[in-house]
Amino acid sequence: MANHHHLTIDNVTVSYQHVPAILDLDVDLHCGRCVGLLGPNGAGKSTLLKAIAGLMPLQSGEIQLHGHEPRRTRSIAYLPQRGLIDWDFPITVRGMVDMGRFPDLGGWRGFSKNDGAIVSEALAVTHLTPLANRQINALSGGQQQRAFLARAYAQQSHVCLLDEPFAGLDTNSQKDLREILRGMAGQGKLLLVSHHDLNSVPELFDDVLMLNRELIAFGPLGDVFTPANIARTYSTAPPVPASA
Amino acid sequence: MSFFLDPFHYEFMQKALLGCLLVGFTNGYLSGFIVLRRHALLADGLSHSLLPGLAVGAIFFSLNPVGLFLGALVAALLVVLGGKMITHSSRLKDDTSIGALYIAAFAFGIILLKFAPVRVDLSHFLFGNVLGMANGDLWITYALSFFIVLVLTVFHRHLLLALFDPVVASSMGLSVAWLDYLLIGMMVMAMIASLQAVGAVMSIGLLILPAATIYLLSDSYDTMVWGGAFLGMASAVIGLLLSYWVNLPSGPAIVMVLSAVFVAAYLFGPRYGVINRLLNNRRTKRAAAAPSTVS
Repeated sequence: MANHHHLTIDNVTVSYQHVPAILDLDVDLHCGRCVGLLGPNGAGKSTLLKAIAGLMPLQSGEIQLHGHEPRRTRSIAYLPQRGLIDWDFPITVRGMVDMGRFPDLGGWRGFSKNDGAIVSEALAVTHLTPLANRQINALSGGQQQRAFLARAYAQQSHVCLLDEPFAGLDTNSQKDLREILRGMAGQGKLLLVSHHDLNSVPELFDDVLMLNRELIAFGPLGDVFTPANIARTYSTAPPVPASA
Repeated sequence: MSFFLDPFHYEFMQKALLGCLLVGFTNGYLSGFIVLRRHALLADGLSHSLLPGLAVGAIFFSLNPVGLFLGALVAALLVVLGGKMITHSSRLKDDTSIGALYIAAFAFGIILLKFAPVRVDLSHFLFGNVLGMANGDLWITYALSFFIVLVLTVFHRHLLLALFDPVVASSMGLSVAWLDYLLIGMMVMAMIASLQAVGAVMSIGLLILPAATIYLLSDSYDTMVWGGAFLGMASAVIGLLLSYWVNLPSGPAIVMVLSAVFVAAYLFGPRYGVINRLLNNRRTKRAAAAPSTVS
Protein backbone atom coordinates (compact mmCIF):
# COMPACT_ATOMS: atom_id res chain seq x y z
CA MET A 1 0.00 0.00 0.00
CA ALA A 2 2.87 2.32 0.69
CA ASN A 3 3.62 2.57 -3.01
CA HIS A 4 0.13 3.67 -4.09
CA HIS A 5 0.09 6.99 -5.92
CA HIS A 6 3.78 7.47 -5.44
CA LEU A 7 6.67 7.63 -7.81
CA THR A 8 9.41 5.99 -5.82
CA ILE A 9 13.02 6.64 -6.71
CA ASP A 10 14.95 4.13 -4.68
CA ASN A 11 18.72 4.58 -4.31
CA VAL A 12 19.11 5.41 -7.99
CA THR A 13 22.53 6.03 -9.50
CA VAL A 14 22.87 7.02 -13.17
CA SER A 15 26.26 7.39 -14.82
CA TYR A 16 27.70 8.69 -18.06
CA GLN A 17 30.73 6.58 -18.96
CA HIS A 18 31.20 5.46 -15.33
CA VAL A 19 30.99 9.03 -13.97
CA PRO A 20 27.89 9.36 -11.78
CA ALA A 21 25.50 12.11 -12.90
CA ILE A 22 23.09 11.17 -10.11
CA LEU A 23 24.28 9.42 -7.00
CA ASP A 24 22.13 7.29 -4.66
CA LEU A 25 18.98 9.36 -5.10
CA ASP A 26 16.24 8.25 -2.78
CA VAL A 27 12.92 10.15 -2.86
CA ASP A 28 9.22 9.41 -2.84
CA LEU A 29 7.16 11.77 -5.02
CA HIS A 30 3.44 12.06 -4.33
CA CYS A 31 0.97 12.13 -7.20
CA GLY A 32 -1.24 15.21 -7.37
CA ARG A 33 1.72 17.55 -6.81
CA CYS A 34 3.66 19.94 -8.98
CA VAL A 35 7.31 19.38 -8.08
CA GLY A 36 10.10 21.75 -9.05
CA LEU A 37 13.41 20.07 -9.84
CA LEU A 38 16.13 22.57 -8.97
CA GLY A 39 19.88 22.55 -9.31
CA PRO A 40 22.75 24.19 -11.18
CA ASN A 41 23.84 23.19 -14.69
CA GLY A 42 25.27 19.67 -14.59
CA ALA A 43 23.42 18.81 -11.39
CA GLY A 44 21.66 15.89 -13.09
CA LYS A 45 18.17 17.40 -13.57
CA SER A 46 17.72 16.34 -17.21
CA THR A 47 19.42 13.02 -16.47
CA LEU A 48 16.92 12.31 -13.71
CA LEU A 49 13.95 13.11 -15.97
CA LYS A 50 15.36 10.86 -18.70
CA ALA A 51 16.07 8.07 -16.22
CA ILE A 52 12.47 8.16 -14.97
CA ALA A 53 11.23 8.17 -18.59
CA GLY A 54 13.33 5.07 -19.28
CA LEU A 55 15.63 6.90 -21.67
CA MET A 56 18.73 6.33 -19.54
CA PRO A 57 19.75 3.02 -17.98
CA LEU A 58 20.02 2.94 -14.19
CA GLN A 59 23.39 1.87 -12.88
CA SER A 60 21.76 0.84 -9.63
CA GLY A 61 18.52 1.27 -7.71
CA GLU A 62 15.00 1.17 -9.07
CA ILE A 63 12.12 3.44 -10.01
CA GLN A 64 8.53 2.39 -9.34
CA LEU A 65 5.18 3.98 -10.08
CA HIS A 66 2.30 2.68 -7.98
CA GLY A 67 4.60 -0.15 -6.92
CA HIS A 68 5.40 -1.28 -10.47
CA GLU A 69 8.23 -0.83 -12.93
CA PRO A 70 6.94 2.05 -15.08
CA ARG A 71 9.71 2.52 -17.61
CA ARG A 72 8.94 3.17 -21.26
CA THR A 73 5.19 3.00 -20.85
CA ARG A 74 2.51 5.52 -21.63
CA SER A 75 1.85 6.17 -17.92
CA ILE A 76 4.91 8.44 -17.90
CA ALA A 77 5.17 11.26 -20.43
CA TYR A 78 8.44 12.99 -21.13
CA LEU A 79 8.31 16.53 -22.49
CA PRO A 80 11.64 17.50 -24.10
CA GLN A 81 13.07 20.99 -24.31
CA ARG A 82 11.40 22.95 -27.10
CA GLY A 83 14.67 23.53 -28.94
CA LEU A 84 15.01 19.81 -29.68
CA ILE A 85 11.97 19.76 -31.99
CA ASP A 86 11.82 20.73 -35.65
CA TRP A 87 8.88 23.14 -35.50
CA ASP A 88 8.77 23.26 -39.32
CA PHE A 89 7.46 19.70 -39.28
CA PRO A 90 4.29 19.71 -41.42
CA ILE A 91 1.68 19.13 -38.76
CA THR A 92 -1.09 21.02 -37.00
CA VAL A 93 -1.53 21.37 -33.24
CA ARG A 94 -4.32 18.77 -33.30
CA GLY A 95 -2.11 16.46 -35.37
CA MET A 96 0.61 16.77 -32.76
CA VAL A 97 -1.79 16.07 -29.90
CA ASP A 98 -3.20 13.09 -31.84
CA MET A 99 0.24 11.51 -31.47
CA GLY A 100 -0.49 11.05 -27.78
CA ARG A 101 -3.05 8.41 -28.81
CA PHE A 102 -0.65 6.49 -31.10
CA PRO A 103 0.70 4.07 -28.44
CA ASP A 104 -2.88 2.94 -27.79
CA LEU A 105 -3.89 2.78 -31.44
CA GLY A 106 -1.01 0.76 -32.87
CA GLY A 107 -0.76 0.54 -36.66
CA TRP A 108 -4.24 -0.42 -37.85
CA ARG A 109 -6.92 0.76 -35.45
CA GLY A 110 -8.65 3.92 -36.62
CA PHE A 111 -9.28 6.95 -34.45
CA SER A 112 -12.46 6.21 -32.45
CA LYS A 113 -14.89 8.81 -31.14
CA ASN A 114 -13.36 8.22 -27.73
CA ASP A 115 -9.86 9.00 -29.05
CA GLY A 116 -11.21 12.17 -30.66
CA ALA A 117 -12.90 13.18 -27.41
CA ILE A 118 -9.69 12.63 -25.43
CA VAL A 119 -7.73 14.80 -27.90
CA SER A 120 -10.40 17.53 -27.74
CA GLU A 121 -10.30 17.42 -23.93
CA ALA A 122 -6.50 17.67 -24.00
CA LEU A 123 -6.73 20.74 -26.24
CA ALA A 124 -9.37 22.30 -23.98
CA VAL A 125 -7.42 21.67 -20.76
CA THR A 126 -4.35 23.34 -22.25
CA HIS A 127 -6.37 26.25 -23.73
CA LEU A 128 -5.40 25.27 -27.26
CA THR A 129 -8.84 24.58 -28.77
CA PRO A 130 -8.88 27.82 -30.82
CA LEU A 131 -5.42 26.98 -32.18
CA ALA A 132 -6.15 23.31 -32.96
CA ASN A 133 -5.87 23.74 -36.73
CA ARG A 134 -2.89 26.06 -36.64
CA GLN A 135 0.52 24.92 -37.90
CA ILE A 136 2.92 24.21 -35.06
CA ASN A 137 5.47 26.63 -36.55
CA ALA A 138 2.97 29.45 -35.94
CA LEU A 139 2.89 28.85 -32.16
CA SER A 140 4.60 31.02 -29.57
CA GLY A 141 6.99 29.44 -27.05
CA GLY A 142 4.28 29.16 -24.40
CA GLN A 143 1.83 27.66 -26.86
CA GLN A 144 4.44 25.13 -27.99
CA GLN A 145 4.93 24.08 -24.38
CA ARG A 146 1.17 23.74 -23.94
CA ALA A 147 1.02 21.61 -27.09
CA PHE A 148 3.57 19.25 -25.50
CA LEU A 149 1.40 19.11 -22.39
CA ALA A 150 -1.71 18.46 -24.46
CA ARG A 151 0.01 15.51 -26.15
CA ALA A 152 1.01 14.13 -22.73
CA TYR A 153 -2.59 14.61 -21.57
CA ALA A 154 -3.91 12.76 -24.65
CA GLN A 155 -1.45 9.98 -23.82
CA GLN A 156 -3.36 9.74 -20.51
CA SER A 157 -0.10 9.61 -18.66
CA HIS A 158 -0.11 9.80 -14.90
CA VAL A 159 3.29 11.42 -14.57
CA CYS A 160 4.60 14.29 -16.71
CA LEU A 161 8.31 15.04 -16.80
CA LEU A 162 8.98 18.55 -18.11
CA ASP A 163 12.48 19.72 -19.02
CA GLU A 164 12.78 23.49 -18.51
CA PRO A 165 9.27 24.33 -19.78
CA PHE A 166 9.38 27.89 -18.44
CA ALA A 167 12.68 28.81 -20.11
CA GLY A 168 12.27 31.77 -22.44
CA LEU A 169 8.58 32.34 -21.69
CA ASP A 170 7.20 35.81 -20.94
CA THR A 171 5.31 36.47 -17.70
CA ASN A 172 1.85 35.88 -19.15
CA SER A 173 2.86 32.61 -20.81
CA GLN A 174 4.48 31.46 -17.56
CA LYS A 175 1.29 32.26 -15.69
CA ASP A 176 -0.81 30.40 -18.25
CA LEU A 177 1.40 27.33 -18.10
CA ARG A 178 1.45 27.42 -14.32
CA GLU A 179 -2.35 27.39 -14.18
CA ILE A 180 -2.51 24.43 -16.54
CA LEU A 181 0.09 22.51 -14.53
CA ARG A 182 -1.81 23.26 -11.33
CA GLY A 183 -5.02 22.02 -12.97
CA MET A 184 -3.37 18.78 -14.04
CA ALA A 185 -1.92 18.28 -10.56
CA GLY A 186 -5.44 18.84 -9.23
CA GLN A 187 -6.56 15.87 -11.34
CA GLY A 188 -4.10 13.67 -9.44
CA LYS A 189 -1.23 13.76 -11.92
CA LEU A 190 2.37 14.14 -10.81
CA LEU A 191 4.33 16.88 -12.57
CA LEU A 192 8.08 16.93 -12.18
CA VAL A 193 9.46 20.11 -13.70
CA SER A 194 13.12 21.06 -14.06
CA HIS A 195 13.56 24.77 -13.54
CA HIS A 196 16.40 27.26 -13.20
CA ASP A 197 14.84 30.61 -12.31
CA LEU A 198 14.83 30.67 -8.50
CA ASN A 199 12.77 33.88 -8.30
CA SER A 200 9.68 32.24 -9.76
CA VAL A 201 9.90 29.01 -7.74
CA PRO A 202 7.51 30.05 -4.92
CA GLU A 203 4.65 30.80 -7.30
CA LEU A 204 5.12 27.71 -9.47
CA PHE A 205 5.56 24.62 -7.32
CA ASP A 206 4.03 22.72 -4.40
CA ASP A 207 7.20 20.77 -3.61
CA VAL A 208 10.82 21.20 -4.58
CA LEU A 209 13.49 18.60 -5.17
CA MET A 210 16.93 20.17 -4.87
CA LEU A 211 19.62 18.23 -6.62
CA ASN A 212 23.31 18.59 -7.15
CA ARG A 213 24.27 15.15 -8.36
CA GLU A 214 22.94 13.85 -5.06
CA LEU A 215 19.85 14.84 -3.16
CA ILE A 216 20.22 18.12 -1.26
CA ALA A 217 16.64 18.47 -0.04
CA PHE A 218 13.11 17.41 -0.93
CA GLY A 219 9.78 18.42 0.54
CA PRO A 220 7.02 21.04 0.59
CA LEU A 221 8.13 24.40 -0.77
CA GLY A 222 7.76 26.26 2.55
CA ASP A 223 9.92 23.77 4.45
CA VAL A 224 12.64 23.13 1.94
CA PHE A 225 13.15 26.17 -0.27
CA THR A 226 15.35 27.93 2.27
CA PRO A 227 18.45 30.10 1.77
CA ALA A 228 20.61 27.44 3.42
CA ASN A 229 19.40 24.70 1.05
CA ILE A 230 19.71 27.03 -1.95
CA ALA A 231 23.29 27.83 -0.96
CA ARG A 232 24.09 24.11 -0.60
CA THR A 233 22.47 23.28 -3.93
CA TYR A 234 24.19 25.99 -5.88
CA SER A 235 27.62 25.73 -4.29
CA THR A 236 30.14 25.82 -7.17
CA ALA A 237 31.31 22.24 -6.90
CA PRO A 238 28.83 19.39 -6.72
CA PRO A 239 28.97 17.93 -3.23
CA VAL A 240 31.30 15.03 -2.86
CA PRO A 241 29.52 12.12 -1.15
CA ALA A 242 29.47 12.63 2.61
CA SER A 243 30.82 16.16 2.21
CA ALA A 244 31.49 18.22 5.24
CA MET B 1 -5.77 12.81 -77.47
CA SER B 2 -4.26 10.24 -79.80
CA PHE B 3 -1.02 12.17 -79.35
CA PHE B 4 -1.01 10.90 -75.75
CA LEU B 5 -2.48 7.47 -76.36
CA ASP B 6 -0.66 6.42 -79.53
CA PRO B 7 2.63 5.61 -77.80
CA PHE B 8 0.82 3.06 -75.64
CA HIS B 9 -0.17 0.92 -78.62
CA TYR B 10 3.27 -0.61 -78.32
CA GLU B 11 3.66 -3.37 -75.74
CA PHE B 12 7.02 -2.04 -74.52
CA MET B 13 5.34 1.31 -73.78
CA GLN B 14 2.50 -0.37 -71.91
CA LYS B 15 5.01 -2.16 -69.71
CA ALA B 16 6.98 1.06 -69.31
CA LEU B 17 3.80 2.89 -68.26
CA LEU B 18 3.02 0.26 -65.62
CA GLY B 19 6.59 0.42 -64.38
CA CYS B 20 6.47 4.24 -64.17
CA LEU B 21 3.16 4.25 -62.30
CA LEU B 22 4.43 1.73 -59.75
CA VAL B 23 7.89 3.19 -59.26
CA GLY B 24 6.63 6.78 -59.28
CA PHE B 25 3.96 6.08 -56.69
CA THR B 26 6.10 3.98 -54.34
CA ASN B 27 9.16 6.21 -54.41
CA GLY B 28 7.03 9.33 -54.13
CA TYR B 29 5.16 7.91 -51.13
CA LEU B 30 8.42 6.95 -49.45
CA SER B 31 9.98 10.33 -50.22
CA GLY B 32 7.87 12.02 -47.51
CA PHE B 33 9.50 9.87 -44.84
CA ILE B 34 12.98 10.34 -46.31
CA VAL B 35 12.72 14.13 -46.48
CA LEU B 36 11.34 14.41 -42.94
CA ARG B 37 14.02 12.02 -41.62
CA ARG B 38 16.66 14.05 -43.53
CA HIS B 39 17.97 10.89 -45.16
CA ALA B 40 18.40 12.43 -48.63
CA LEU B 41 22.19 12.15 -48.61
CA LEU B 42 22.08 8.68 -47.12
CA ALA B 43 19.79 7.65 -49.98
CA ASP B 44 22.35 8.99 -52.43
CA GLY B 45 25.09 6.93 -50.79
CA LEU B 46 22.98 3.80 -50.67
CA SER B 47 22.11 4.03 -54.34
CA HIS B 48 25.80 3.79 -55.24
CA SER B 49 26.39 0.96 -52.80
CA LEU B 50 24.01 -1.30 -54.73
CA LEU B 51 26.58 -1.69 -57.50
CA PRO B 52 28.85 -4.44 -56.07
CA GLY B 53 25.75 -6.49 -55.23
CA LEU B 54 24.47 -6.07 -58.76
CA ALA B 55 27.90 -7.11 -60.05
CA VAL B 56 27.92 -10.24 -57.87
CA GLY B 57 24.36 -10.97 -59.05
CA ALA B 58 25.49 -10.56 -62.66
CA ILE B 59 28.51 -12.86 -62.10
CA PHE B 60 26.61 -15.69 -60.40
CA PHE B 61 23.08 -15.40 -61.83
CA SER B 62 23.79 -13.74 -65.19
CA LEU B 63 21.16 -10.98 -65.34
CA ASN B 64 18.36 -12.86 -63.59
CA PRO B 65 16.27 -10.16 -61.82
CA VAL B 66 15.98 -12.19 -58.59
CA GLY B 67 19.75 -12.67 -58.44
CA LEU B 68 20.33 -8.97 -59.04
CA PHE B 69 17.73 -8.10 -56.39
CA LEU B 70 19.36 -10.32 -53.76
CA GLY B 71 22.85 -9.08 -54.60
CA ALA B 72 21.83 -5.42 -54.39
CA LEU B 73 19.94 -5.96 -51.13
CA VAL B 74 22.86 -7.71 -49.45
CA ALA B 75 25.37 -5.07 -50.68
CA ALA B 76 23.28 -2.15 -49.40
CA LEU B 77 22.66 -3.84 -46.04
CA LEU B 78 26.38 -4.56 -45.67
CA VAL B 79 27.20 -0.90 -46.31
CA VAL B 80 24.55 0.34 -43.84
CA LEU B 81 25.39 -2.16 -41.11
CA GLY B 82 29.13 -1.78 -41.72
CA GLY B 83 28.77 1.99 -41.53
CA LYS B 84 26.82 1.73 -38.27
CA MET B 85 29.46 -0.64 -36.87
CA ILE B 86 32.25 1.82 -37.72
CA THR B 87 30.22 4.63 -36.11
CA HIS B 88 29.74 2.67 -32.89
CA SER B 89 33.33 1.45 -32.69
CA SER B 90 35.12 4.69 -33.59
CA ARG B 91 34.76 8.44 -33.21
CA LEU B 92 33.36 8.82 -36.74
CA LYS B 93 29.73 9.81 -37.28
CA ASP B 94 27.21 8.04 -39.53
CA ASP B 95 27.58 10.34 -42.53
CA THR B 96 31.36 9.84 -42.69
CA SER B 97 31.42 6.10 -42.07
CA ILE B 98 28.61 5.32 -44.52
CA GLY B 99 30.07 7.86 -46.99
CA ALA B 100 33.45 6.12 -46.82
CA LEU B 101 31.94 2.66 -47.26
CA TYR B 102 29.56 3.47 -50.09
CA ILE B 103 32.22 4.97 -52.32
CA ALA B 104 34.49 2.00 -51.59
CA ALA B 105 31.58 -0.31 -52.47
CA PHE B 106 30.89 1.65 -55.66
CA ALA B 107 34.53 1.40 -56.80
CA PHE B 108 34.59 -2.31 -55.90
CA GLY B 109 31.38 -2.80 -57.88
CA ILE B 110 32.86 -1.20 -61.03
CA ILE B 111 35.91 -3.48 -60.79
CA LEU B 112 33.72 -6.55 -60.17
CA LEU B 113 31.61 -5.83 -63.25
CA LYS B 114 34.71 -6.49 -65.38
CA PHE B 115 34.45 -10.14 -64.27
CA ALA B 116 30.78 -10.61 -65.15
CA PRO B 117 30.31 -13.44 -67.68
CA VAL B 118 27.78 -11.34 -69.59
CA ARG B 119 28.42 -7.88 -70.92
CA VAL B 120 26.94 -5.41 -68.44
CA ASP B 121 26.40 -1.79 -69.31
CA LEU B 122 27.13 0.25 -66.16
CA SER B 123 24.86 3.08 -67.27
CA HIS B 124 21.98 0.60 -67.46
CA PHE B 125 22.22 0.00 -63.68
CA LEU B 126 22.81 3.64 -62.85
CA PHE B 127 20.24 5.27 -65.12
CA GLY B 128 17.83 2.44 -66.00
CA ASN B 129 15.92 1.76 -69.17
CA VAL B 130 12.20 1.80 -68.66
CA LEU B 131 11.56 0.98 -72.31
CA GLY B 132 13.30 -2.35 -71.83
CA MET B 133 11.17 -3.60 -68.90
CA ALA B 134 10.52 -7.34 -69.13
CA ASN B 135 7.76 -9.25 -67.32
CA GLY B 136 10.22 -10.44 -64.66
CA ASP B 137 11.26 -6.84 -63.91
CA LEU B 138 7.62 -5.82 -63.64
CA TRP B 139 6.84 -8.63 -61.22
CA ILE B 140 9.76 -7.64 -58.99
CA THR B 141 8.59 -4.03 -59.12
CA TYR B 142 5.01 -5.08 -58.29
CA ALA B 143 6.05 -7.22 -55.34
CA LEU B 144 8.47 -4.69 -53.87
CA SER B 145 6.12 -1.73 -54.35
CA PHE B 146 3.28 -3.59 -52.64
CA PHE B 147 5.54 -4.62 -49.77
CA ILE B 148 6.96 -1.11 -49.28
CA VAL B 149 3.57 0.63 -49.27
CA LEU B 150 2.14 -2.02 -46.94
CA VAL B 151 4.99 -1.70 -44.44
CA LEU B 152 4.89 2.11 -44.50
CA THR B 153 1.12 2.07 -44.00
CA VAL B 154 1.27 -0.36 -41.08
CA PHE B 155 4.05 1.59 -39.37
CA HIS B 156 3.09 5.11 -40.43
CA ARG B 157 2.06 6.20 -36.93
CA HIS B 158 5.23 4.82 -35.36
CA LEU B 159 7.33 6.41 -38.08
CA LEU B 160 5.55 9.74 -37.78
CA LEU B 161 6.14 9.82 -34.03
CA ALA B 162 9.80 8.81 -34.41
CA LEU B 163 10.37 11.37 -37.18
CA PHE B 164 8.79 14.23 -35.25
CA ASP B 165 10.02 13.54 -31.74
CA PRO B 166 12.40 10.58 -31.45
CA VAL B 167 13.05 11.10 -27.73
CA VAL B 168 9.37 10.99 -26.82
CA ALA B 169 8.81 8.08 -29.23
CA SER B 170 11.51 6.22 -27.35
CA SER B 171 9.96 7.11 -23.99
CA MET B 172 6.66 5.66 -25.28
CA GLY B 173 8.42 2.34 -25.80
CA LEU B 174 9.11 2.55 -29.54
CA SER B 175 12.49 1.42 -30.82
CA VAL B 176 13.55 4.47 -32.80
CA ALA B 177 16.72 2.74 -34.04
CA TRP B 178 14.68 -0.20 -35.34
CA LEU B 179 12.27 2.16 -37.11
CA ASP B 180 15.24 3.92 -38.70
CA TYR B 181 16.58 0.60 -39.98
CA LEU B 182 13.10 -0.21 -41.28
CA LEU B 183 13.02 3.06 -43.21
CA ILE B 184 16.52 2.45 -44.60
CA GLY B 185 15.45 -1.06 -45.61
CA MET B 186 12.46 0.37 -47.48
CA MET B 187 14.74 2.89 -49.21
CA VAL B 188 16.99 0.10 -50.43
CA MET B 189 14.01 -1.93 -51.67
CA ALA B 190 12.58 1.10 -53.47
CA MET B 191 15.89 1.63 -55.22
CA ILE B 192 15.99 -1.99 -56.29
CA ALA B 193 12.37 -1.78 -57.48
CA SER B 194 13.40 1.24 -59.57
CA LEU B 195 16.55 -0.30 -61.05
CA GLN B 196 15.13 -1.25 -64.42
CA ALA B 197 12.85 1.76 -64.73
CA VAL B 198 15.08 4.67 -63.73
CA GLY B 199 18.29 3.11 -62.41
CA ALA B 200 19.92 3.26 -58.99
CA VAL B 201 21.15 6.84 -59.25
CA MET B 202 18.11 8.39 -60.94
CA SER B 203 15.84 6.69 -58.37
CA ILE B 204 17.22 9.22 -55.85
CA GLY B 205 15.32 11.89 -57.79
CA LEU B 206 12.08 10.02 -57.21
CA LEU B 207 12.99 9.41 -53.56
CA ILE B 208 13.66 13.07 -52.73
CA LEU B 209 12.07 15.49 -55.19
CA PRO B 210 8.34 14.63 -54.85
CA ALA B 211 8.10 15.24 -51.09
CA ALA B 212 10.65 18.07 -51.21
CA THR B 213 8.38 19.81 -53.72
CA ILE B 214 5.19 19.24 -51.73
CA TYR B 215 6.96 20.41 -48.55
CA LEU B 216 7.46 23.77 -50.27
CA LEU B 217 3.72 23.96 -50.98
CA SER B 218 1.92 22.39 -48.05
CA ASP B 219 1.96 22.21 -44.25
CA SER B 220 0.25 18.84 -44.06
CA TYR B 221 2.03 15.58 -43.41
CA ASP B 222 -0.68 13.58 -45.22
CA THR B 223 -0.47 15.85 -48.25
CA MET B 224 3.29 15.46 -48.24
CA VAL B 225 3.10 11.65 -48.28
CA TRP B 226 0.12 11.18 -50.64
CA GLY B 227 0.87 14.27 -52.73
CA GLY B 228 4.45 13.00 -53.09
CA ALA B 229 3.11 9.66 -54.32
CA PHE B 230 0.87 11.26 -56.95
CA LEU B 231 3.49 13.78 -58.03
CA GLY B 232 6.02 10.96 -58.40
CA MET B 233 3.55 8.96 -60.47
CA ALA B 234 2.51 11.88 -62.70
CA SER B 235 6.10 13.01 -63.27
CA ALA B 236 7.20 9.48 -64.15
CA VAL B 237 4.46 9.21 -66.79
CA ILE B 238 5.14 12.69 -68.22
CA GLY B 239 8.86 11.93 -68.28
CA LEU B 240 8.16 8.66 -70.08
CA LEU B 241 6.09 10.42 -72.75
CA LEU B 242 8.75 13.10 -73.16
CA SER B 243 11.41 10.46 -73.58
CA TYR B 244 9.24 8.82 -76.28
CA TRP B 245 8.41 12.02 -78.16
CA VAL B 246 11.80 13.73 -78.01
CA ASN B 247 13.87 10.55 -77.92
CA LEU B 248 15.51 11.22 -74.53
CA PRO B 249 16.83 8.67 -72.01
CA SER B 250 13.75 7.94 -69.86
CA GLY B 251 15.29 7.99 -66.34
CA PRO B 252 16.87 11.44 -66.71
CA ALA B 253 13.71 12.71 -68.47
CA ILE B 254 11.59 11.70 -65.45
CA VAL B 255 14.02 13.35 -63.03
CA MET B 256 14.11 16.53 -65.16
CA VAL B 257 10.29 16.76 -65.03
CA LEU B 258 10.41 16.41 -61.23
CA SER B 259 13.23 18.97 -61.03
CA ALA B 260 11.24 21.47 -63.09
CA VAL B 261 8.24 21.13 -60.75
CA PHE B 262 10.55 21.45 -57.74
CA VAL B 263 12.13 24.67 -59.08
CA ALA B 264 8.66 26.06 -59.86
CA ALA B 265 7.53 25.33 -56.28
CA TYR B 266 10.72 26.86 -54.87
CA LEU B 267 10.23 30.05 -56.87
CA PHE B 268 6.45 30.45 -57.08
CA GLY B 269 5.04 28.54 -54.08
CA PRO B 270 2.21 30.64 -52.61
CA ARG B 271 3.41 30.53 -49.01
CA TYR B 272 7.03 29.39 -48.99
CA GLY B 273 8.04 30.35 -52.56
CA VAL B 274 11.05 32.68 -52.70
CA ILE B 275 9.40 35.28 -54.95
CA ASN B 276 6.25 35.51 -52.88
CA ARG B 277 8.22 35.85 -49.68
CA LEU B 278 10.33 38.63 -51.20
CA LEU B 279 7.20 40.46 -52.32
CA ASN B 280 5.62 40.01 -48.88
CA ASN B 281 8.75 41.30 -47.14
CA ARG B 282 8.74 44.34 -49.41
CA ARG B 283 5.05 44.98 -48.71
CA THR B 284 5.64 44.68 -44.96
CA LYS B 285 8.56 47.11 -45.11
CA ARG B 286 6.49 49.58 -47.13
CA ALA B 287 3.58 49.30 -44.70
CA ALA B 288 5.95 49.86 -41.77
CA ALA B 289 7.52 52.87 -43.45
CA ALA B 290 4.22 54.45 -44.54
CA PRO B 291 3.08 56.04 -41.20
CA SER B 292 6.46 57.64 -40.57
CA THR B 293 6.45 59.30 -44.02
CA VAL B 294 2.93 60.64 -43.40
CA SER B 295 3.75 62.01 -39.99
